[in-house]
Amino acid sequence: MIFEFFADLLGSQILSAIIIAALPLVFIILYVLLANWLERKVSAHMQDRLGPMRVGWHGWLQPIADMIKILQKEDIVAKDADRKLFSAAPVLVFVGCYAAFAAIPFSSAFVGADLELGLLYILAVSSIVVAGILMAGWASNNKYALIGAVRSAAQIISYEIPTVFIILCIIIVSGTLNLTTLSEQQSGTFLNWYILGGDVEGWKKFALIPFMFIGFIVMYISSVAESNRTPFDLPEAESELVAGYHTEYSGMKFAMYLFAEYANMFVVSALVVAMFLGGYQSPFGYVGDLINVPWLIPIEQFFWFTVKGLFFVFVQMWLRWTLPRLRVDQLMALCWKYLIPIAFVNLLIISFLMIL
Amino acid sequence: MLTEFGKVFIFFLMAIIFVVIGVFVASLIRANRPTQEKYLIYECGENALGSPWIKFNIRFYVVALIFLIFDVEIVLLVPWAMVYQDYGFGGFIIGAIFLVLLAVGMVYEWRKGDLEWARPYPILPTVVKKRVKEEIIENKAVTNQEIVVN
Repeated sequence: MIFEFFADLLGSQILSAIIIAALPLVFIILYVLLANWLERKVSAHMQDRLGPMRVGWHGWLQPIADMIKILQKEDIVAKDADRKLFSAAPVLVFVGCYAAFAAIPFSSAFVGADLELGLLYILAVSSIVVAGILMAGWASNNKYALIGAVRSAAQIISYEIPTVFIILCIIIVSGTLNLTTLSEQQSGTFLNWYILGGDVEGWKKFALIPFMFIGFIVMYISSVAESNRTPFDLPEAESELVAGYHTEYSGMKFAMYLFAEYANMFVVSALVVAMFLGGYQSPFGYVGDLINVPWLIPIEQFFWFTVKGLFFVFVQMWLRWTLPRLRVDQLMALCWKYLIPIAFVNLLIISFLMIL
Repeated sequence: MLTEFGKVFIFFLMAIIFVVIGVFVASLIRANRPTQEKYLIYECGENALGSPWIKFNIRFYVVALIFLIFDVEIVLLVPWAMVYQDYGFGGFIIGAIFLVLLAVGMVYEWRKGDLEWARPYPILPTVVKKRVKEEIIENKAVTNQEIVVN
């Protein structure tokens, strides 16, 4: 474990914990730069354009140029806005996203905090984001921002319910809330992933496969909605609400919302991966095992986790440029009339299967 | 000795420090040329009319209420999901009864139209509906006043 390694090296657990807490931050910054570039290129190529081409090879330096630009932007707080709440809101939104990284196991050697209640903890901290968004909308003293914020809050809390039902299914099958244990249970080949019934034995494994697959689909749809991405980006629908809850923000505070949004995309993808697609486990086995180099395995695990996470981030971008935006009543109907009943029946069937 | 939640606390501090440092560094570099127009609330270039801190759609409140009911029941279901297999079929039945009650509540909300975003028509109590039908059959004029009184 990397925590013990740094604790021995530095002779202090606090210093070690600070380093552990800083590493995901480095990861987020690199990932946001990559995702920002990728989003532009993906959207451009899907629409038969080229996207940014001027700054660096195929525009790969564009996000860095944007960061420099955004650092120099004037930070405007409107006169009528509630100054304190307005400045505190980006902090809350970012804290909510970043705290979720604490429980995500990047590899068997690197997990921020090995919580026994990891799944429940991630659900709890991601609710802080709702408070931040409501604060931002209310403090802006702007009608677009307020409507965007209340819509966003209604959307995030509604889509939390199908998510929790599917998480309950996983808890029933695996018997644990700890994300590291969950990933360890899916070791071996991809046949042990929970989307294919996990490490359950006998005919139950085959009976579980269709319900796990339904669970995966429901979970992914609701997690896309929870991170406010298209086709569920009602809160920031630019054709009706300008920019939603961050209409009044500019400069670095706006950049924090950008960071939080991209970080949130990765958190929900990572959660889906850890629950259904084997977490950090390789689908085939490890090169480290083959050539007998044990320290290579955690690095390979980190590689697989990042690849799987980034793939689902890519799918979110893909969806954004494929599907049209839903209307607000369709959005609520999708959650309450389709996803929740499906997840509900799924939970009943899985809980019945597991006691047979 | 640092517990696991101690590490989580350091994660929280790290996130706060990142945002504060980011905003602080930007404040050293950025331009600051205020004009009066810049500090107005944005409303598509017009002067803002009235305050946004007014009543908004009751739907959001209803959604929050329904969510609250579900969330409380889900909190009760998490420990059940962890242990029910130790109690065999009895454990499943207890959970199933609980889930069915939740489903009945959901069906009730659905029937009452609380899950519709925009209600096209008010749903009258059933007794009054029948009476209205009968009166239509008898070709009697029914005013809104009568329905409310009865």
